[in-house]
Parts: sequence; structure tokens; C-alpha cells
Amino acid sequence: MYKWTVLLMLAALLGACSSPVKLNDVNVEDKSGQATTAMKPLTPAMASSVGDKKNAVANLDTTAGAKSSSAAGSAANSQALAAAGSGRTIYFEFDSYAIRPEYQAMLEENARTTKASKIQRLVIEGHTDERGGREYNLALGQKRADAVRKALSLLGVPESQMESVSFGKEKPAMVGESETAMEKNRRAEIIIR
Amino acid sequence: MKKLLLGLLVALVGGHSLAQFRVEVSGTGLTQFPIAIASFKGNDGMTQKIAAIVQADLERSGQFRAIEPSGAALDENAHPDLPTWRKLGADALITGSINRVGDDRYDVRFRLWDSVRNQDLGGQSHTAPAADLRRVAHRIADAVYEKLTGEKGVFSTRISYVTKSASIFNLWVADSDGESAQSALRSAEPIISPAWAPNGNQLAYVSFESRKPVVYVHDVDTGKRRLVANFKGSNSAPAWSPDSKTLALTLSRDGGSQLFLLDVNAPNAEPRRIAASTAIDTEPVFTADGRSIYFVSDRGGSPQIYKIAVTGGNAERVTFNGTYNISPSLSPDGRTLAYISRVGGAYKLHIQDLNTGQAQAVTDTSADESPSFSPNGRMVIYATQQQGREALMTTTSDGKVKARLAGQNGDLREPAWGPLVAQ
Repeated sequence: MYKWTVLLMLAALLGACSSPVKLNDVNVEDKSGQATTAMKPLTPAMASSVGDKKNAVANLDTTAGAKSSSAAGSAANSQALAAAGSGRTIYFEFDSYAIRPEYQAMLEENARTTKASKIQRLVIEGHTDERGGREYNLALGQKRADAVRKALSLLGVPESQMESVSFGKEKPAMVGESETAMEKNRRAEIIIR
Repeated sequence: MKKLLLGLLVALVGGHSLAQFRVEVSGTGLTQFPIAIASFKGNDGMTQKIAAIVQADLERSGQFRAIEPSGAALDENAHPDLPTWRKLGADALITGSINRVGDDRYDVRFRLWDSVRNQDLGGQSHTAPAADLRRVAHRIADAVYEKLTGEKGVFSTRISYVTKSASIFNLWVADSDGESAQSALRSAEPIISPAWAPNGNQLAYVSFESRKPVVYVHDVDTGKRRLVANFKGSNSAPAWSPDSKTLALTLSRDGGSQLFLLDVNAPNAEPRRIAASTAIDTEPVFTADGRSIYFVSDRGGSPQIYKIAVTGGNAERVTFNGTYNISPSLSPDGRTLAYISRVGGAYKLHIQDLNTGQAQAVTDTSADESPSFSPNGRMVIYATQQQGREALMTTTSDGKVKARLAGQNGDLREPAWGPLVAQ
């Protein structure tokens, strides 16, 4: 309470020094009969009218029109991959970026077809499970995508035909907190463009 | 920890929905200023209750405790019986009125009374259309807060956050209490890491709409935006320099997630690398003088927060407890750091005194994310999970007073507290 009293006194003092003794130009009578220490108006113009400068926010809707493009496209893509069991997804252990040996044959196959086509472009998308922060997970997913990109590079795929990007935890393959879901989500997907 | 839970429910009747505001007070040794806010005369039957909005603002700040006003509305002309209010426990009293003065035009007036010193502390008048009455109430709360604490109130500032609802992502701009939200961007792909420019008009954020993370700078008033970072690889974690001219951000274009500076206003600007490491470097935040950057790095084997000069050089480690410390937010005075620390599998908001290095967890939740300081440094907004939903909370920087923000359905995440702007 002592602290507040001091604050109040300070505030009153400051007010007395700097503030016009007015209720901002409106006819509010002071019936207290005491010396009033009026609050400083916020600023005269805005205090008298709040609506003049609206806090308007314009909306930009990127879902209109090109609805099918990325969302549906990628869903279809993942579904197709899952259905075909095409093996273009590499799963990782918790907190790991090491590519397990079982994926070597699949990477070699990918490297071969990419090198043969010359125009084919690979996008390697890294993902994490849902634990932890979004930005840090983005960096972790990037490490997984980079690991796959480097493996393909060692197999002779030119860097100019590859891009590694991360979705962090934003695009889980399986929603939920189960261990199965987390395993499915710690992955890198090789997308052919 | 000894815990005292005082649930206080302030029901605010919104347009179509009943928005509920729950202010939780925990811990002891709180010094809160007791204040009574009488119903504003003429406010009955209107949707927006000025007194209730002012009260919720003041209580959320943690510095005030509302004393239930007894009896009828009191306008700014009334001369209240201050000794009686004092006996009720109120050291201050707000009285006021609202009058319709034209087509969709209202005049809102209030007066603040000091019932300890039996003094009129003055008042203000605002006119506004019905749609802006919440903003008027926030102005009143700011004026009262500043008069009684000597510090700037932040109730009129804006916040930004992201919702995910039925696979649609929206980036919202809302009042500091989460209400009056307007969508700035609607997208079928995730949006993360919104960051307010210090000028209060622009948001930088990461969007995945082009099937990779890229950084936009978005003008909130006009809805116009510019793609500022779309380099090969991932582009993320934008942070504004204090002069709004430079973005610090994380790019993987040269291999690994590394920190760069980018001139916001120069088209096709070449990013400048801050420092080179073989580790993850991300989540930069500028100090108020613009000379240093706090960031997250796993260079020591686990993610920790470091500080480095924008010109590069040696990074100084800032966090030492635990093996997972991420998402730093710096208080405007540079003395306090808010961040998320993993403790026994739970992700908790921590507040660290940068002088002493002392850090403490300030929440009882286990999936906290993305803290952001209020511009007066007294509060932090953060995301967490409650009853299986992603929700936004505010806490005082000592963790003693928390409130869950209302106003939206779906999962709420990625809050960013906007700056104080001249009004």
C-alpha cells in the first residue's frame, strides 16, 4: 500500500506539473469543490474522436481461386505416394538426421533417374514430430532434408537439380500424439517436380 | 509452491457469443491496487459494456484488483461519496457515461477519483461509432493505468496471432485482449512467426503457400504484401530491427539454418550473413539499440540462447539450465528474457533476469510456445494448450496473474504483441 501511495503522489505531482487542468474541452463540471488535477488528454484530436482513424485491416485471401493448387495437390501427392508405397519417404529416429542403411537402394534409384532425366528437379521436404517450438523444428526438419540432399549429391545428383526445404512440424503425415504418429512425422519426402 | 487461486469471471457479452474472460491470480505477495469501476450511465442495454472492458484490462495487467461496485451507474458529473468507496476497499473509483450524439456516434466520458486522498484526478471524453467502443474502453484503461502507475498502458495496442480451423489458416490482427479480431491473411497453408514492425503497420511472417517457407512483409492497413525472402531452401524466423529498416532472419540457402540481415526496403537486396556456424542458428531478436541479437543455437550440443553483435564476432551463451531453451523474447528495457524451456518433457515459459541469470518457470502448462513481451515489459503473451486446444494466454512477467484470451474458435497460436503507437 505504501508503494501505491507513493506512486499516486508521484502521479499527482507529475499531473500537476504537466497537465492542463481540463477535462478535454468538454463541459464536465467539477462539483468536488477541490482543486482538480485533470488527466492529460491522450491527444486532443484522438481523444475527441476514436473512429476517425479506423484500425481497419484489409484481408488477403490466398485460398480463393487457386484452391486446388498447393493444399489439394500435395495431399494428392502424399496419398499417391503412400498408396504406391513408392518408398520416397525416409523416416528418422528421434532427434536424429542420420539416414538408415535400409534407404540406400531407394536413394540410388532416385539418383539414377534424376541424373538420367537432366530436367527433373527434386525437392526434399524435411519434417519433424510435434514436440517443441515451430521455428526450431523448422531448423531440425531442414537438417533432415539437407542430409538427404547431401546423400543424393554424393550419388552424383547435381545441386542445381535439388532443393531442400523444411516444413518443421507444420505438415504432420499423421495427426496425434501417439508414438506411431511421431515416427510417421519424423521424415523427409522426396518430391519430383 | 503455495498457491492461491482466485478465479474471477468477467463475462463480456459479445455480438453473437458470450466471450469469457478468466483472470487467474496465483502466488502470494501481490501488491494490487484496489479500484472500483461503476457502470457507465447510459450503458445499459448496449452490447459493449465499457466498465467491464476497462475492468478486464486493468485486472489482466496484474496491477489492479477490482472492487465490485455497488449500486447504480455513476456518471462523470456525480460527486461520489469517496469515504464510502474507501470503506468498500476501493482506493480509486472510475465513473462515467455514454451518450448517443448522432447517427452511430457516441460520447463516452469518464472521471477518475482518488478515494484515499479524496481527490478528483480528472477525466477524458471520447466520441466514437459503436464499432469502436471497445477501443474507447481500452483508451480509458490506458489513461487510468498511466495515471495510477506512472507507466504507459498497453491496452490500446494490437496483437497478431494465427488460427487453424478446418485446415484453413488465418493471420489475425486483434485488440490486446484478443477481441475485435480482423483477418489480415487467409491461407490453405500454414502461417508462422508473425513479427510486428516497430512502426505498428507491418507484419513480417513465414508462409508455406508456395510449398516452402518464405518470408513476406505485409501492410496491415492495405493488405498489400511483398515477398522479401524466397531464397533457395528455407526462409524463416523474421525479426525487425528497431528502425524497421532491417530484418534478421534464418536462411538455409548456403547450407544449414543460419542468421542473415536483409534490407527490407531494397528490392532484391542481398542478405548479409551475421555469423557462420556449422550448427543450427535461428530465432533472432534484436536488442533495443539494434546492435545485438539474441538467438537460438545448438552449437553447444543442445539448443540454447546466445547473444551476438550484429557485426558478428563471438557469441555469448545466455541460458545454462536444461537442454532445450528456445524462442527468446526480450523485454523492451533489455533486462529480462522470456523463452521456452523443456523441463522433464514439458515445454514451459521461463522468465530470466539477464543481470543475475536467474530463471524461473512461470506456468503450470506443459506445451507453451512463442512468448512475446508487451511493449511496456509488464506482460507476456504466449501460446499453450488447454483442454486439448491451442490457446493464447497473457501473464504478468512475474507469472502471478494470467488470463486466457477469448475471441476466436479453433486453435490459436503464434502470438505477437504489437508496439505502442502514437494515437
